[in-house]
Amino acid sequence: MSEAAIASVPEAEAWPARERCLALLRQMLLVRRFEERAAECYQQGLIRGFLHLGIGQEAVAVGAIAALEPDDRIVAAYREHGQALARGVPAASVMAEMFGKATGCCRGRGGSMHLFDAARRLYGGNAIVAGGLPLACGLALADRILGRPHVTACFFGDGAVAEGEFHESLNLAALWVLPVLFLCENNLYAMGTRLDRHQAMADIHRKGDAYAMPHAVVDGMDVLAVEAAVRRAVEQVRGTGRPFLLEARTYRFRAHSMYDAELYRPREEVERWKQRDPLPLFIARLQDGGRLDDAALAAVEAEVAAEIDAAVAAAQAAAVEPVADLLRDVVAPSSPEPQT
Amino acid sequence: MTRITYREAVRQGLREALAADDRVVLVGEDVGRYGGAYACSKGLLDEFGAERVRDAPLSEAAFVGAGIGAALAGLLPIVEIMTVNFSLLALDQIVNNAATLRHMSGGQMSVPLVIRMATGAGRQVAAQHSHSLEVWYAHVPGLKVLAAATVADARWMLAAALADPNPVILFEHALLYPVEDDVDARPAGFDPWHAAIRRPGRDATIVTYGGSLPKCLAAAETLAGEGIDAEVVDLRCLRPLDVGCVLESVARTHRAVVVDEGWKTCGLGAEISATIAEERLYELDAPVARVCTAEAPIPYAQHLETAALPSAARIAAAVRDVVPGKTAAAAAPRAE
Repeated sequence: MSEAAIASVPEAEAWPARERCLALLRQMLLVRRFEERAAECYQQGLIRGFLHLGIGQEAVAVGAIAALEPDDRIVAAYREHGQALARGVPAASVMAEMFGKATGCCRGRGGSMHLFDAARRLYGGNAIVAGGLPLACGLALADRILGRPHVTACFFGDGAVAEGEFHESLNLAALWVLPVLFLCENNLYAMGTRLDRHQAMADIHRKGDAYAMPHAVVDGMDVLAVEAAVRRAVEQVRGTGRPFLLEARTYRFRAHSMYDAELYRPREEVERWKQRDPLPLFIARLQDGGRLDDAALAAVEAEVAAEIDAAVAAAQAAAVEPVADLLRDVVAPSSPEPQT
Repeated sequence: MTRITYREAVRQGLREALAADDRVVLVGEDVGRYGGAYACSKGLLDEFGAERVRDAPLSEAAFVGAGIGAALAGLLPIVEIMTVNFSLLALDQIVNNAATLRHMSGGQMSVPLVIRMATGAGRQVAAQHSHSLEVWYAHVPGLKVLAAATVADARWMLAAALADPNPVILFEHALLYPVEDDVDARPAGFDPWHAAIRRPGRDATIVTYGGSLPKCLAAAETLAGEGIDAEVVDLRCLRPLDVGCVLESVARTHRAVVVDEGWKTCGLGAEISATIAEERLYELDAPVARVCTAEAPIPYAQHLETAALPSAARIAAAVRDVVPGKTAAAAAPRAE
């Protein structure tokens, strides 16, 4: 992908109110600092397993989720700390889950890759690439049949586009007229395989044409552009009941996981993309526009740091699940509350 | 009491489910206009409309996954997969999603979904339409697995599966669809989650399920003529297995033959016989025997397919082997 392609992405047409901008900034900072801290905790052995950091991609989850209603549904992939935090899952709950504690959002059953929150309508945390897309179709099918106005936003990476489930799901959603926003976080790499090495036609959003599905592309490093593009797309999905494919072009600054030596991409490429880091980019815009001064920025930073400190402390102090409960929730013993 | 086919029993179960609850939808390839590949949903599109009786494109992963998602959001979907062979295209959704979401979410999510599929050989449709892969699903925690061997179970199992808050795989054997039987009103306390003794007997226990049940009952009839009184246990539920019923029966008969249309290696027969060995070894008067499908893809040619599959004759022979002396002494008075 060339820099020119990114530069051609339209700017956000309108600025949201100052409070909304600050809320977006706070969320992006929370996600960034949370993941930086998670990496430290991983080095200390407090978090184990796979830890996939989305550092560099914060603008996509934060901007997109800001444009959703509370009753809309979210399906995410395995690099989803940003989606969970942006949706309001408490940092303490996410951190405790990654520490494998009983106070985690999934009581230590899911870990970093499987963050669920039924009350906030977050349906994972899906670690089978493209495995969440059929789920999104079904969530939207239920809303369609039961006459509810919700939209399901389904996040997935560029790697998912090579999977059959991507194509089956886009066809199904278009054919059955399902209110799904398919949101591709194109960070240019499917683990270590660059987009042009796994896609014959690498302009991902244009794949919507094959399914008669409206589509667009947005600069995923610009949170306001993402917010505006998702708002437009979601309005269209809600209004027509039809699906939409939105591609957000972004970049992952850190390794794929904590085990990745990054042999597949040149340092200079990473450094070049860091010039478009969504966080300093947004901060500079807010400062240039007179919406943020140094004191306000420091206050947000301090607030976020305190929240993360508290999350780590609580996660460390929390109890683990008793081993006697290992088999709990493998199957439901009786009829649960109806799900809505 | 009415006499209906297994196929009609399935259809009546589907119709009843759709009529009873607006949240029930039927999704699958050709379930609507075509009326179902095995004609199990004939007439349901006209009665309930295309929104709830929903023809799916040939996208097993997508429409099974959509069933899972719809269950998460409040529907009670019945997803039909044409055969268990095709279900392998949806294995990811069934094993990685349906079976895991409840546990992985710490109990927050439920997947009240029923996936129906035909299984089994015997129609000369060769290796990609004939395999019995029930045990693949029975292997997976988080799923429940039912297999209807009788017309009554074909009629009533679906409602029980739908009432369960877990994902349930419901197997129908393709050879059983034309089988007729008398079906009464839903029996009080109908419980498909436990095995049933379809024929009581004292000399040996034949453990089976699904399409092998009629063969086992035929074998038992043959053996009865020889003085061997075989008990036939229909497992009905392959996960969780009703080991209690099997073990009680074996404790009475001291001999066991497991009959499974799946392959022997790592199959359901292995699970049953291992469980008997673990729990009742010292009750056994003979090693547990298994009658399974030959270790080959199911062939097309009739004589080869027949040779590959368990038959009443092979089952009877296996029982004779574990009940030595009985045949020779068929005319003699019983020892007990």
